[in-house]
Amino acid sequence: MSTISASGTDVPPAEVPDYPMTRAAGCPFDPPPALHTLQEQAPISRVRLWDGSTPWLVTRYEDVRTLLADPRISSESTHPHYPHQSPATKERRRQSRTFITMDDPEHARLRRMVTATFAIKQVEALRPTIQKIVDGLIDAMLAGPRPVDLVQAFALPVPSLVICALLGVPYADHDFFQANSRILVKRTSTPEQAQAATQQLIDYLDRLIGDKLAHPTDDLLSALAERVRGGELSRREAANMGMLLLIAGHETTANMIALGTLALLQHLDQLARLRESDDPKLIASTVEELLRYLTIVHTGRRRVALADIDTDGVTIRAGEGVILANDVGNRDPAAFPDPDRLDVARNPRHHVAFGFGVHQCLGQPLARVELQVVYGTLYRRIPTLRLAVDPDRIPFKHDGNVYGVYELPVTW
Amino acid sequence: MKVIVDQHKCVASGQCVLTAPEVFDQREEDGIVVLLTETPPDHLMDDTRQAAILCPAQAIWVAEQEKQEGEQ
Ligand code: SF4
Repeated sequence: MSTISASGTDVPPAEVPDYPMTRAAGCPFDPPPALHTLQEQAPISRVRLWDGSTPWLVTRYEDVRTLLADPRISSESTHPHYPHQSPATKERRRQSRTFITMDDPEHARLRRMVTATFAIKQVEALRPTIQKIVDGLIDAMLAGPRPVDLVQAFALPVPSLVICALLGVPYADHDFFQANSRILVKRTSTPEQAQAATQQLIDYLDRLIGDKLAHPTDDLLSALAERVRGGELSRREAANMGMLLLIAGHETTANMIALGTLALLQHLDQLARLRESDDPKLIASTVEELLRYLTIVHTGRRRVALADIDTDGVTIRAGEGVILANDVGNRDPAAFPDPDRLDVARNPRHHVAFGFGVHQCLGQPLARVELQVVYGTLYRRIPTLRLAVDPDRIPFKHDGNVYGVYELPVTW
Repeated sequence: MKVIVDQHKCVASGQCVLTAPEVFDQREEDGIVVLLTETPPDHLMDDTRQAAILCPAQAIWVAEQEKQEGEQ
C-alpha cells in the first residue's frame, strides 16, 4: 500500500507536505509559515522531498540541538535514505566526498587537518587584512558609478578574497569557480550540470595542488599538499577538501553580507543603533542576531538515524532520514523571546545557524570576523547607503541551498 | 567549580575560547581545546558554564561544588 508510517499511524501520502516549503509573499526574512505551524502542532513530522522520499522534519530548537549532537544520528551521505537537498547536491556528494558528510573517525581525521587555520587566534590575526580588503572595496565603490550591485561590488569579493588568500587560490580565477559553485548550490541544477561543475572544480584544484607540491607557499592548499606528500591524505581527498572550503568560504558569507544589509536597511532603527555605537560587543551581537534571524542555510541539516530514537512521542526508526530545521529552530519562542523581531542588542550566541554537534561549521570563527568587520565598517563609511530599487524587485534565492539575494542594487 | 575537557571529542569550533578566553585556549597545531585552569575564579564561572553549553561537541563538563549548587 502506498502509505507511510508516522508515529504508528498510516498517513496518506497526500497529507505529507512538500519540503522545502514556500515563504510568505512579501516576507523575505521569515521562514515559511507552514514551518511555524509544524513547530507548534507537530514538531517532529514527515515531509516529502524532491525524490518522493519522506524523511522526518524536526522543527523545535531544543530537539534540533539535541538530535544534532546525538551519536545515533549519522551524516553519512552514501546511506540510501540520506535526505539530499536536490539532484545536484546528491551528484556532487557522490563525486566529491568530504568530511561534512562522513561520520567519525573519518570525519575527525580529515577535519582535524584543517582546523588549525580556523582557530580563534589564527583568525584574529587576519582581522587587519580583512579590514584592508573591506576598506579597499568600499573605496572602489565610493569612487565608482551609482547605483551599484552590492553583491558583485562588495558582498562576493570580501569572502572570496579572504578564502583565496587563505587557501592559496588565485583570485583572478574567481569568475570560473564562482560560476561553477553557483551551479552546485542551486536546487534547480540538473545532475548533469552538477557533474560537470564538480569535475571542473576538482580538476582545477588538483592542478593547483600539483603546483603547490612543486612550489609550496604559505597557505592551506600547500599544507594539504604536504600531507599528500607525506602519505596522510590522497591527492583526491585534498582536492575535495579544497573545493569544499572554496565553496563554503564564499557562498555563505557573501549571502550573509548582502541579505544582512538588506535586513538592516529594512529595519532602520536597528541599523541606527549599530551605526551610532562603536562598542565591539554590539557589532558582535549584531552579527549573531543576523545569523539567527536570517539562518541562510535554510533547508535544514540532513542526517540519517542509525538506531531507533524515541523523542516527543515519535519513534524515528533506524535507517530513516532526518532533517533538522535550524531556520525555524532559530525562531522558536521557547529559545528566543519574541523570535521574529530583529534585535541587534540581544546576543543569541546559542543559535544553531552554524549547526550543532561535531559537524558544527568549521569556518565559523572566520565568518564571524569577516561579518564583524563588514557590519562595523560599511554603514559607518556609507551612512546614506540605501536601496536603489523597490524592495519587491529584489530577486531572492528561494531556489538555493543557501538563502540570499541574487542582486542588491544600492546607492548613497 | 571544576572544569574537565575531552580533547578527543573537541572539534575545534572555538566557541569556548570566544566565551571564556581566560579558561580555554586552542592548540596551535590543530585548534583542539586546551584547559588553562581547572578551577576558574568566581568571576569567570558564568562564562565557563556558558562555554560548556555552547560547545557543539559536548567536550566540556563543569562540576559544581556542593555549596554552590542551588545558588545558580
Ligand atoms: S567549544 Fe568545544 S568543540 Fe569548540 S573548541 Fe571548545 S571544546 Fe572544542
